[in-house]
Amino acid sequence: MDKVYLLQTLTGHVGRVWSASWHPSGDIFASCGEDKTIRVWTKTDTNRWVAQTVLTDGHSRTIRDVAWSYCGHYLASASFDTTVAVWDKKSGEFECNATLEGHDNEVKSVTWSRSGNLLATCSRDKSVWIWEIHNAPGQEDEYECAAVLNGHTQDVKKVCWHPQEELLASASYDNTIRMYRQDTVDSEWEMLEPMESHTSTVWSISFDATGKRLASCSEDTTVKIWQQYGPDNTVGIQCPDKGSVWKCVCTLAGFHSRSVYDIDWCKQTGLLATACGDDLVRIFKEATNSDPNEPTFELVVTIAAHSQDANKVAWHPVKPGILLTASDDGEIKIWQYQEDADLSQERCQD
Amino acid sequence: MAELENINPNVYKKCEDRTLTKDDEDEDVVDPFDEREIFDLIRNINDPEHPLTLEELHVLEQSLITVDNEKSTVHILFTPTIPHCSMATLIGLSIRVKLLRALPPRFKVSVEINPGTHASEHAVNKQLTDKERVAAALENTHLMEVINQCIGTPLK
Repeated sequence: MDKVYLLQTLTGHVGRVWSASWHPSGDIFASCGEDKTIRVWTKTDTNRWVAQTVLTDGHSRTIRDVAWSYCGHYLASASFDTTVAVWDKKSGEFECNATLEGHDNEVKSVTWSRSGNLLATCSRDKSVWIWEIHNAPGQEDEYECAAVLNGHTQDVKKVCWHPQEELLASASYDNTIRMYRQDTVDSEWEMLEPMESHTSTVWSISFDATGKRLASCSEDTTVKIWQQYGPDNTVGIQCPDKGSVWKCVCTLAGFHSRSVYDIDWCKQTGLLATACGDDLVRIFKEATNSDPNEPTFELVVTIAAHSQDANKVAWHPVKPGILLTASDDGEIKIWQYQEDADLSQERCQD
Repeated sequence: MAELENINPNVYKKCEDRTLTKDDEDEDVVDPFDEREIFDLIRNINDPEHPLTLEELHVLEQSLITVDNEKSTVHILFTPTIPHCSMATLIGLSIRVKLLRALPPRFKVSVEINPGTHASEHAVNKQLTDKERVAAALENTHLMEVINQCIGTPLK
């Protein structure tokens, strides 16, 4: 049996912790929540995580999401106060040097593209915004709205960039997932066909390392795996003139007893972690003989992670098997996953 | 206040107080949450438009409450007074907030419309289930004033 060990429980937030994001180095992470603060955690010499910095004056309401840029120099935060703040350490200390305004309602999620030139945000106002970042040495960074995308008919819960390309995905209360890319001819951002299969709110999405597959999780208690098919696909799936099409190739049903609030697909190990409203965190692994067009996933570990809803799961970007979880119970926990542990009996009792 | 949606609602009699048993007064007896206790917590919530409680309007009934103390779940069905009641979400939210404050955090509370009693039952249920939208609503000071009035001391 695969095992999971608790490495550390982190307290400090008052009330629900909504989200957290690893710095690309893996030596720092940021967390946020109901208490309107961002805590920036770093590791001490004794391998303990401590919140060295607490950012308190960026937002006037709940901070729903935080995201580090791939270069590691910027941290963005999305708040119910309708704004997105971008923080950097150019002065030596964390400072909010840009506030992005435009959404009419609560901002639910924020994400940076791989290149670092684009930022995407989404809101209860049903829109997805793409921001272009202009930075020149010695000058202030400028954020320009490049697109307002109104494909969803309801509250947009999550935005997520493709791991390599400038392809954006969004998940919504309208039960669908949408993707957006820039038209090669006129550079306008356009929407691909909606991805329909979930029967309730899609809370979160995560690409795999190749970016050819996407995992989604929903209020309908299922997880779905979507596969991209290009015009050259060998299984005969029709593609529109927009290029590729995404098909749901697998549904993980019967594993979760309540809403699944978050999902993260580890870019190093391929493991899938989910955060559920039944307080549990689950880890799934693709079966070894899995058919790419009809993949099979196995539940390898169920973790009694928290005393209330689990809201966030995030795999460490560098060290395989390190997992962060955050909950309504106000706690953040760091776990070590161990595959098929060949250990003595007493250490197996986690 | 604007015109009332349901001018003459049916009004029902309140139920008797819970009879205290010896065990209720014994501090050493573990006393799990039951349907009656949950009902007592919410029966005196005021209707947003009438000076009447949700019990008196039969919006809430003990028979439509399910509690599993061991699994920490509470499930409540409420019946809007009319099928087009625009207050349905607000009533459901008041029930949620009252229980959020009164129950230990281990409880998972679901509040839904009694099936077949409201025109937009599905949409209202989805709103009330979405904890993110509930959290955002609870940060709205105007809305919280209204909810606090509903769940505050009964008018009579």
